[in-house]
Amino acid sequence: MAIEKEKLIDMYHRMVRIRRFEEKVVDEFAAGRIVGFVHLYIGEEAVAVGACANLGDDDYITSTHRGHGHLIAKGGKTERMMAELFGKKTGYCKGKGGSMHIADVDIGILGANGIVGAGIPIAAGAALSAKLRGTAQVAICFFGDGASNTTRFHEGINLASAWKLPVVYVCENNMYAISVPQSKHQNIADIADRATAYGIPGVVVDGNDVIAVYEAVGEAVARARRGEGPTLIECKTYRHRGHFEGDPTPYRTKEEVDEWKKKDPISRFKGKLIEMGVLAEKEADEIDREMKGEIDKAVKFAEESPLPEPEETLEDVYA
Amino acid sequence: MREITFAQAITEALDEEMARDPSVFIMGEDVGVYGGILGQLAGLFDKYGPDRVRDTPISETAIVGAAVGAAATGMRPVPEIMFCDFLGVPMDEILNQLTKMRYMFGGKAKLPIVIRTLIGAGIGAAAQHSQCLEALFMHIPGIKVVIPSTPYDAKGLLKSAIRDDSPVIYFEHKLLIVMPLKGEVPEEEYTIPLGKADIKREGKDVTVVATALMVHRALAAAAKLQEKGVSIEVIDPRTLVPLDKQTIIDSVKKTGRLVIMTEECKTGSSAAEIAAIVAEEAFDSLDAPIKRVNAPDTPVPFSPVLEKFYMPDEENLIKAVTEIV
Repeated sequence: MAIEKEKLIDMYHRMVRIRRFEEKVVDEFAAGRIVGFVHLYIGEEAVAVGACANLGDDDYITSTHRGHGHLIAKGGKTERMMAELFGKKTGYCKGKGGSMHIADVDIGILGANGIVGAGIPIAAGAALSAKLRGTAQVAICFFGDGASNTTRFHEGINLASAWKLPVVYVCENNMYAISVPQSKHQNIADIADRATAYGIPGVVVDGNDVIAVYEAVGEAVARARRGEGPTLIECKTYRHRGHFEGDPTPYRTKEEVDEWKKKDPISRFKGKLIEMGVLAEKEADEIDREMKGEIDKAVKFAEESPLPEPEETLEDVYA
Repeated sequence: MREITFAQAITEALDEEMARDPSVFIMGEDVGVYGGILGQLAGLFDKYGPDRVRDTPISETAIVGAAVGAAATGMRPVPEIMFCDFLGVPMDEILNQLTKMRYMFGGKAKLPIVIRTLIGAGIGAAAQHSQCLEALFMHIPGIKVVIPSTPYDAKGLLKSAIRDDSPVIYFEHKLLIVMPLKGEVPEEEYTIPLGKADIKREGKDVTVVATALMVHRALAAAAKLQEKGVSIEVIDPRTLVPLDKQTIIDSVKKTGRLVIMTEECKTGSSAAEIAAIVAEEAFDSLDAPIKRVNAPDTPVPFSPVLEKFYMPDEENLIKAVTEIV
C-alpha cells in the first residue's frame, strides 16, 4: 500500500511533536514547575501516531494514564495541554484534570484515564453510540499490557465483539505493568492471542514501526466501519522513561533500555523516509526546529496563563 | 383517577421518554424478552426492538462503562443493574468515570445516564440481593440519587432523571414492585423535579423523614399514633441528592422533633446525613434528641423471622416517637 507523501510527513511531524513535548515535560517536572503524576510516552510514539493517522476528527479515542502521545496524535493542542500540566485556567480541563485527565470531546478525545483499563468499555460505548446513531464513526481504545489482565478487558471486548461494535483495541505492550514484567503477569507471550476468545482478529505488530502500525490499524478501522466488529492489535514497544517521572526503575537493566533505544521509532521512521526519498536530512532538521519552537511557545503560553480562582473548585460537578 | 402499579409507572416513564427522544435506550441483563427481572420493562422490547432495549452479557462493568462512552458521545443510556448489590462490580465505572469525567474535563462532557437498580429486603432474597445502598452514592459527588416511594413519584421522577444532563442513580424498592403497590397516576404527562421533597402526611408533633418502603410503614405508624393523640408529619425527600433540606428544616421548626426512618444499615446512612444537617442547621428548633430508625449494622439475613427482625417496622418507629414526645 502506497502512502501519500503528505501523510508520511504529517505522521513524522506528529511523532516529533510528541517527543519534543515530552522532553520539555521532563525538564519542567524536574524543575518543579509541573507537579503530580506524569507518565511519559517517549519511545512509544509510533503506536499513537500510526493508529490515529487512520482517524478523522469525529472518530473517538480513549487514552490512558500515559496519554500525551495519544492526545497529540489525535489533534490535541500542545499549548492547552501544557497549560493543563501547569494547572492553569487555559488548560484543557481548566486546571481540574492534570496530565492523567486531559480530554477534548469536541475532537473525539474521550479522555486520558488514571484507572488502568477503564477506557476499554468506554470505547465500546462510544462505538455503540456511533452504531445507534447510524454514523460511520469508529473508536480506538489504547491500553497497555497491564490492562489486559483487568476485568474490563474481558467484559469490554466481549461486549464489543458480541455486538460487533466499530472499535479497534490497540494494546501498547511496553513489557511492564509498572514494575512487573509481562512474563510474570501473564502466561502468554502475545496478548493478541486473547482475541481468539472473543472470535475477533488478533494481530501482533512491531509497535516501533509507525507504518506497520498504520497499516494494521487501517485494516481494523476499515473492518470496523464495514460493521464487522472489533480487532485486537498488539503493538510491541517500550517506554524509554520510567513508569512515571521519578521512577528509579530497579526492575530493568541499562542494557535492556539501550537495546530498545537503538530501535527508537522516530530515528527509524526518519531513516526510512530518507531512504524512500520522501524526506531530506535538512527537512527533518527543519521539522525538529519547528516542533521545538511550538513547544517553547506552549510553555510560554502556560507560564503566562492565569491560575484558576480557588472557588472554581466548586464548579462543574453537575451539568 | 386511574391506579397503576409501581412497575407500570416505571414502564410508562421509560416508554414515554423513549418515544419522545430517540437517544434514550435501555441496556442490562434480561431487559429484552424477559422484560426486567421484576417486569419493570414489560412490552418495551416488543415496541422498541433489540437495538434500544439491549440484553447484555452478565458484565456490569461493561454495562456501566459502555453507558459512559455512549453518554459522552450524545446518547442518553438508561442502564440497569439488576440488584443494587451488584453495583460492587462496576463501582470503578461509577466512582472514577461516570461521576468524575465532567469535573476532570473542566465541565466539557455531559453524561446523561440513569442507572436503575433494585433495593430492599422483604422477599427472602438474603444478603447479596436485599441491600439498601443509597448512602454509598450520596457520598460520591457527581451523581444524583433518586428513591421513590409511590407509583406517582416513580414515574415523574424517572422522567426527570432521564432528561437530566447529570448522572442519576434511581433506586426501585423491590417490595413496592412485588406487593404490588398501586397508586393514582394521571393519564396526562407530568414530571417531578429532582430535589423537591413531598409531605406525605401533615402533622404538628413529630417530623418523620422516610424513604422508599419506609414511607408506607411511617404512614401506617402515623395512623396508629394519631389514635394516641400524637400528630406525625411524614416527609419523603424523594431524592437524596439533591436533598430538599428546606422542607425538612421547615417541618422541624414546626414540630421540634425529628425521627428519620430508612431501611439502610444505621452507620453512615442517609439518615445519619439528614440528622447531621438538622443538628447543624436547625439545632435551636429541636425540643428533643434526633432519633434514627434503621436496620442493624449486619448483612441482610435470609430466614423470614430474621429478615422481619432486620427490617425497620411500624413498631420500631412508634417506640422511637414515644421516647421523644
